[in-house]
Amino acid sequence: MLGAATRKEITALRDRYPHPRSAILPCLWAVQNEQGFLTVEGMTEVAEILHLAPSEVQAVSTFYSMYFQKPAGAHHVLICVNVSCALRGADDIVGHVERRLACPSGGTTADGAFTWESTVECLGACGGAPAMQVDHHFHENLTPDAVDALLDRLRSVPGAHAGAGAPPSGPHPPTAETPPLATAEGPPADDGRARAAGEVVAAPPTERAEMTGPRTGTTANPRGPRSKPRRRPRPSADDL
Amino acid sequence: MAEHRLLTKNFGTEGLQTLAVYERLGGYQGLREAFQRFTPETLVDEVKASGLRGRGGAGFPTGMKWGFLPKDVFPRYLCCNADESEPGCFKDRKLIDENPHQLIEGLLIAAYALQVNVAFIYIRGEYFDQRLLLERCVEEARAAGHIGTDIHGSGFSCDVIVHGGAGAYICGEETALIDSLEGYRGQPRLKPPFPAIKGLYGKPTVVNNVETLSNLPHIVQRGGAWFKSIGTEKSAGTRLFCCSGHINRPGTYEMAMGTPIRELLEEECGGMWKDRSLKAFQPGGGSMQVLLPQHLDLALDMDAVQQAGSSLGAGAMVFMDETTCMVNVSMRLVDFYHHESCGKCAPCREGTYFESDLMHRLEAGACTSEELNTLADICDNMNGKCFCPLGDTATWFVMSAYKAFREEFDAHCGAGSCPVRSGAAQLVTA
Repeated sequence: MLGAATRKEITALRDRYPHPRSAILPCLWAVQNEQGFLTVEGMTEVAEILHLAPSEVQAVSTFYSMYFQKPAGAHHVLICVNVSCALRGADDIVGHVERRLACPSGGTTADGAFTWESTVECLGACGGAPAMQVDHHFHENLTPDAVDALLDRLRSVPGAHAGAGAPPSGPHPPTAETPPLATAEGPPADDGRARAAGEVVAAPPTERAEMTGPRTGTTANPRGPRSKPRRRPRPSADDL
Repeated sequence: MAEHRLLTKNFGTEGLQTLAVYERLGGYQGLREAFQRFTPETLVDEVKASGLRGRGGAGFPTGMKWGFLPKDVFPRYLCCNADESEPGCFKDRKLIDENPHQLIEGLLIAAYALQVNVAFIYIRGEYFDQRLLLERCVEEARAAGHIGTDIHGSGFSCDVIVHGGAGAYICGEETALIDSLEGYRGQPRLKPPFPAIKGLYGKPTVVNNVETLSNLPHIVQRGGAWFKSIGTEKSAGTRLFCCSGHINRPGTYEMAMGTPIRELLEEECGGMWKDRSLKAFQPGGGSMQVLLPQHLDLALDMDAVQQAGSSLGAGAMVFMDETTCMVNVSMRLVDFYHHESCGKCAPCREGTYFESDLMHRLEAGACTSEELNTLADICDNMNGKCFCPLGDTATWFVMSAYKAFREEFDAHCGAGSCPVRSGAAQLVTA
């Protein structure tokens, strides 16, 4: 069950758009901010508020790489290995982080402090290559020493995925560098799931519950009725 | 001719991200002048006269794109495409980081010209701080009466919604962006109908890049003719070039169109690093064909670069020095397209898989020359046969590199490791 503040945020997002379905992406961020990843229950509640079938919300969620489909570490480290970063030594940074955190790309450290991965998706920081994002903040011109200093500092910072409150509709909870924003309802809600610094987190179960949400409301196609498929000329063998 | 600063003129001014400083430097005057001096129709004509072309990669004339909207069909929508994900490209992030109100003002001017009452800024999910900044700036502008109902007594009303993506390169393609904004998986749509006829929610929609929109306040204030006088005949104005790779000063540089690429590399970027020489470069980001040192004297001009067999694309220059393994670079780019293929059409979904598999084995030296011969076949089965440009562009770099550095590709076959990195093969240049 989502918290009252998140439900309120999702309702407000729904009413912000000309068509409620447009709010799916920001609503999923709200769920991830509160719960740390996209829980089936959270997505079902989003579907309910947006008057969609739960399967439609889940189908959208799996398309986008930034949503976590399973629990992740307290901090998320994303290292770019696309060309501009690779030309300036991204592979060395990746190797360093892999040794340092002692788990492969895509994995979570044993203490649950970090989930890290290397990505070919360019982060848009080529001018400061090699670059990475930690909890969605850019860190550029990396050196192994700079990475070490950052990881050491983050280890003592409470988890970003602990559900300890988040900026409204933000794609990620805040870290030490961006303190939680106070909302109109007062300071950021602490639902008791926030972790103490350094506390070891047991890996939560990764099995997913059945999608049991009711199919609520009608889902009018905002694009209008489908047009007839066009016939296309078939190329002859000579064209190939 | 050094850097020509138009969009970046006030970059670095302290507090430029706040409305107060932006207005002190003449901000939102363009919006006021648009209301006073132009009707929506004459504003579209002015932008047509300016010769402004889209800065997202395709270089389509902006005014002409606007002119495609059918008359008397409302509501219409405007989307700012801030889903910048092209490998090597980071200009939109810079424009938002440094001068977010310039973009919002441009967006409102475009909204007025197109008579749009709801405008969106679709920003990629990775640009988290940039999104929060834009949201804050939109609220600031709203409080000051630049956004809302009856803006500055003009009778024109417009709302701006900042919409964050969640990690999908394909959403930079305009119809995929529209799909994503509607709350679907971001997969491209068949064109026609073009978004100008049937876009967001089935209504006429214009999608413009961040840099395109950021030009509008200047065009309104100083006139289309003035804008056209900068740059070349067919490529008017300035462009932000994102320079990265093996150079001394990576970064974003605003240059008038028509400047030679050599000047950008040697004067602005400080030349190649470590006193090494240039082996190859990409003039338009990860999608575009590789160019060689002899192309350095080309002008930064969309048509000139096109004639050389590549494209300026989104203005991302990636320079590679003599130690670079072109197979490795190709592998990473192919990996990128494999990762980002949306899965809608088979040539791209399967083709990028085969490409990626082949390039990984080639880079590891575990590929035979017979297998390498299939590369051209795979690419031929993709290029021009995919549903959207993503699949086509997935072949462009690797094919151009294969042609230009054929011997380097061949040297990888059966080598057991990357011969360039291990130093076993002499570096080959075309």
